[in-house]
Amino acid sequence: SSFHGSVWVQMQTVTLIPGDGIGPEISAAVVKIFDAAKAPVQWEERNVTAIKGPGGKWMIPADAKESMDRSKIGLKGPLKTPIAAGHPSMNLLLRKTFDLYANVRPCVSIEGYRTPYTDVDLVTIRENTEGEYSGIEHVIVDGVVQSIKLITEDASRRIAEYAFEYARNNQRSSVTAVHKANIMRMSDGLFLRKCREVAENFKDVKFTEMYLDTVCLNMVQDPTQFDVLVMPNLYGDILSDLCAGLIGGLGVTPSGNIGANGVAIFESVHGTAPDIAGLDLANPTALLLSGVMMLRHMGLHQYAAKIQTACFDTIKEKKVLTKDLGGNSKCSEFTTEICRRVQDLA
Amino acid sequence: MAAHSAVLSVSRIINPIWGRHLGNTVKVFGTTLTSHRNKTLHVPPPAKYGGRHTVTLIPGDGIGPELLSHVVEVFRFSCVPVDFEVVHVNSALEAEDDIDNAITAIRRNGVALKGNIETKHTMPPSMKSRNNLLRTSLDLYANVMHCQSLPGVQTRHRNIDIMIIRENTEGEYSSLEHESVSGVVECLKIITRSNSLRIAEYAFQLAREKGRRRVTAVHKANIMKLGDGLFLQCCREVASGYPDITFDSMIVDNTTMQLVSKPQQFDVMVMPNLYGNVVSNVCAGLVGGPGLVPGANYGRDYAVFETATRNTGKSVAGKNIANPTAMLLASCMMLDHLKLYNYANLIRNAVLTTMNETRLHTADLGGQGTTSEVVQSIMRIIQSKGQLTADI
Repeated sequence: SSFHGSVWVQMQTVTLIPGDGIGPEISAAVVKIFDAAKAPVQWEERNVTAIKGPGGKWMIPADAKESMDRSKIGLKGPLKTPIAAGHPSMNLLLRKTFDLYANVRPCVSIEGYRTPYTDVDLVTIRENTEGEYSGIEHVIVDGVVQSIKLITEDASRRIAEYAFEYARNNQRSSVTAVHKANIMRMSDGLFLRKCREVAENFKDVKFTEMYLDTVCLNMVQDPTQFDVLVMPNLYGDILSDLCAGLIGGLGVTPSGNIGANGVAIFESVHGTAPDIAGLDLANPTALLLSGVMMLRHMGLHQYAAKIQTACFDTIKEKKVLTKDLGGNSKCSEFTTEICRRVQDLA
Repeated sequence: MAAHSAVLSVSRIINPIWGRHLGNTVKVFGTTLTSHRNKTLHVPPPAKYGGRHTVTLIPGDGIGPELLSHVVEVFRFSCVPVDFEVVHVNSALEAEDDIDNAITAIRRNGVALKGNIETKHTMPPSMKSRNNLLRTSLDLYANVMHCQSLPGVQTRHRNIDIMIIRENTEGEYSSLEHESVSGVVECLKIITRSNSLRIAEYAFQLAREKGRRRVTAVHKANIMKLGDGLFLQCCREVASGYPDITFDSMIVDNTTMQLVSKPQQFDVMVMPNLYGNVVSNVCAGLVGGPGLVPGANYGRDYAVFETATRNTGKSVAGKNIANPTAMLLASCMMLDHLKLYNYANLIRNAVLTTMNETRLHTADLGGQGTTSEVVQSIMRIIQSKGQLTADI
């Protein structure tokens, strides 16, 4: 605990994974802003570059795993997967290690960062462990390849429950299941059935079903009609990126991964941008908004609101913006401006 | 690939007797040669009954029947030499007799115009989507959709002109599913070399024919390394035979992100079945909605025309507010296929004039017009062109 102003506040530990490329600088920016907001967060920095464990299996370093298992909350910058490293994608490794079954992406239009779409306010919740990304593929005969899409009752129920709980906890009014059960009768049919069953226990949240193609069609015409969307892996991948595109791209989109055993890792989903790494040009917005999502998950709503408001106001003001947002300020200047606003809001 | 063209042109020029001697060589280049044939030696079904074509008409569910009745009305009014053989398909029945009849009728006539047939979820999983059954039975391997920004329609993005070619028979729509253990369902996505080559060949041929500069393959080969990897490899192979056309590839999630921010960068896109579903619906939404874009399904021997986004439109059925544009433009595509170009252009121009100049829009475009008003306007424009017309 620490003394904040006039009250004792319980400090919560968060495992910070700066990542590669622009990772370290945007992580530093986020730490600085959290500091200015006096958020009761204690950072534990860890590196997750894969190492070969006993038995030749790739795994994340033991101290990183231990820290995450203890703190239960993580904030991660972008990770690179070197081509010839021999180990699988780092993100995949993290997903498997902590059974991160739900990927949550809230997409909210940012006032001040104009896109053709205004008033977007939706959340995509994507099943992150199975579906089309099971990685099970075979060559049957030369020239014929079969990829297997796996849908299980347990995973479908788990993601549906998470979606409805999220809707309830965040005051969202409806959950829409996205599927293609007219074509994939059994697999998406199972997914849909589980969603319907779970919906029975959450009568306070409205439940609808919509075909993937109809969602895509309507999303680009009127995204305001959507609230929370829940779907299997592939559709989730496509739709979450589609929605990120609506609000301005991966540079401003937060993302969170929820795992079993209460673990939650929040991350920025853009790349490592090696061409601008170390040049103080990066935009920390995506990681910052993921941090805000994290604060909300931790129940620290007023800090979350303060930091988010400061960030959005800075962007709306258009005086201090990084290059990708249309300005020509440095990352440090952008960060300082947000810190100033946060302190003013206190 | 240059060798293929050489074989084709040679066999066309020289004597049919020689052509038979080249028979074996022709067979080796099987699918690529037939798709060449489809484009260049494009034989429409024989006009029967005194110069009039017969086309199968499948009304389908939802707004299908009313939109198709308008098409029939406009054709009758414009004295188009096309007769419709109507085949109904009842989506509520489990038996496949209806859809089999429809397929036989299309085999007989060679060309069809259809509305979407609903797939009810209450039916057991063994009952497959009727639309899918039709496409696979007739081997309509290419779904072609041309999305263009229309001057009379207000959209967020302007100057969009994208052709989407979607593999129509395999991929995720193979309908091969099983439940190995209770609660664990596997769904197979099949990608074959021959179908991927076929669709890539079709895409590049079409791009060349229409004078397009760039073909983009949409895939997810970073995750589905073998399946989409094979598709991508086939596209690259075909691309090497078309040095005048630029070929690149893009991952599907990035593609959707690019489509909503900068759709003008895309020219021709080719992709497997499911991504085609997503991308075509996104593009249709970008140019103004499902009521505007026509779609065509081409096979080696048959062609079926419908609206691009294949909606049943249950919520607007029977209310006289549906947009007839997509279905009418689809019927114009059909007339082009039948080589009745004058009639096709006549109707198409009338539809586009109503859309862009008189700006009579239905509710989906934010207007007040009813379906009948729009159709009346189209017929009036056709009449004003001075061609032979029946009474209104």
